[in-house]
Amino acid sequence: MNQPYDLVRARPEPEFEISVDGAPVPVIPGQTIGAALHGAGIRSWRTTRIGARPRGLFCGIGVCFDCLVTVNGSPSLRACLTEARPGDRVSTGARAGQDGPGGRPGDGGGHGTDGGKTVNGR
Amino acid sequence: MKPRYDLAVIGAGPAGVAGALTASFAGLDVVLIDAAPRPGGQYFRHLPQGFNAQAPGALHHGLDGFTRQWETLRARADVLLGHKVWAVERAEGTVTVRCLEGDREERPRTVTARGLLIATGAHDRPLPFPGWDLPGVLTAGGAQALLKGNLVVAGRKVVVAGTGPFLLPVAAGLAGAGADVRGVYEANGRLGLARHPLLAAGKAGEALGYGATLARHRVPYRGRHAVIAAHGEDALTHVTVARLDSAWRPVSTRTVECDTLAYGYGFVPQLELPVQLGCATRADADGSPVVTVDGGLRTSVPGVYAAGESTGVGGAVLAEVEGRIAGRSAAADLGRRVPPLPRLSRRRERLAAFAKALLEAYPVRPGWQGWLRDDTLVCRCEEVPLSAVREAQDLGATDARSVKLLARPGMGWCQGRMCGYAVACLAGEDPAAPRRPIAQPIRLGDLAAPTRSPLEG
Repeated sequence: MNQPYDLVRARPEPEFEISVDGAPVPVIPGQTIGAALHGAGIRSWRTTRIGARPRGLFCGIGVCFDCLVTVNGSPSLRACLTEARPGDRVSTGARAGQDGPGGRPGDGGGHGTDGGKTVNGR
Repeated sequence: MKPRYDLAVIGAGPAGVAGALTASFAGLDVVLIDAAPRPGGQYFRHLPQGFNAQAPGALHHGLDGFTRQWETLRARADVLLGHKVWAVERAEGTVTVRCLEGDREERPRTVTARGLLIATGAHDRPLPFPGWDLPGVLTAGGAQALLKGNLVVAGRKVVVAGTGPFLLPVAAGLAGAGADVRGVYEANGRLGLARHPLLAAGKAGEALGYGATLARHRVPYRGRHAVIAAHGEDALTHVTVARLDSAWRPVSTRTVECDTLAYGYGFVPQLELPVQLGCATRADADGSPVVTVDGGLRTSVPGVYAAGESTGVGGAVLAEVEGRIAGRSAAADLGRRVPPLPRLSRRRERLAAFAKALLEAYPVRPGWQGWLRDDTLVCRCEEVPLSAVREAQDLGATDARSVKLLARPGMGWCQGRMCGYAVACLAGEDPAAPRRPIAQPIRLGDLAAPTRSPLEG
């Protein structure tokens, strides 16, 4: 579906790929990791720590923290704000220990996205 | 220490850019700071260069005017994009702005100025309802951000719901970009086009444009309707749409198939920074806390100004006018000669009166609380269900703060930005101004590290 591209008469630069739990996802230069995932039809990439509920984009502007990912080993980044870079290795932790689409052992698990040493208010 | 700048402006949306430019023209040395990599804030969100968009204005009203201001400002003032402000302090006439630069490898940066203009905008105000945490349920602003900032259409089959005139551009944008918009459900009465508030703001063309787009795509726009439940296993597959009575109690329901819901019930002004500085706040027409300002957009703290949604949600046109007034006040207060411009103040009064009428025309009615079930999450971060909130109240938590301490809603990652309004309503209060001494998450190492100013660093 190229309709939004036609609307703004976009002539996008060539796509590059990032790897998300081992699976390739295409990105137009400048897109956020969250937008690339959502645009590729991936709606969730994290599970919550109590109810194991799937989460992806919700607020889309960096306020709700639902879309957290680990990028190249840096934990707890907001996918909706983090611009993708060629070769980024995104691990979600959502499919740890499972055979997710294209998932590789050791590529998704281990990085609890809630475990970053970060303070936030009180 | 002598401050580096005359005026620091936080927020590169319509209010911040107009304020910074006005202050710069009046002779101040200005720095503009924004968390995003590109200017525009939420309303004039810019596409990345990588799209080489030849007609970026197709997704915005008034983008050209904003872009001209931005280009002029960039040539006259220092601009720090990609800088998230996590704290502001003021002592002895100097404001210190503490930032983190970069979207992943963050570096601390400190900016000092004699004055501060806060133009930090607002975010969506979602209400909880059963299934609101299913993937595929987005805020209306989130759907806009995907389209305006990334050229990603939020879904194939989309329902738009909530309240307020913002639903129209969201639905029209999605329909125009190729989504099958299954319906726009406005929980308040659908105002006839002749009475639509956009007409009062001299935005008839804009209102007619959205209406025409929705009509062309045969999108139904229903008043007194709401999405009261979202369904699906791991992602959204359908929603329950209810016809509402005047208190928003469901009268009848039906099911609408969709893969995406974009919804919002108004906006929450972002007040962390003015509250950190001790600026006085007041309850707006809808009960939301906003910064108290005088006719010159001065807050209760000397040298600190606020413009745009932080002084009351009113849209981009009012925000720009307020930015200009605030920029003039800042310059006048620092001794620059600024001739009076009563026309600008009258314009602000007119637009602000209209904004107030809007808030009154699109209130949140209490019936939404009846859409929740015991197991409906009120707080997404800490996964606090309604039953836990009610238990806390049974234990004697009579106010929102006690509910929070007992049941933990608002204690997670988002610090109550998403659920704060709902928790306050459930506790029977107006929402309080947010007390967040740290406005952005920061790594402990950065919190402890010494910071350098842009000139030194």
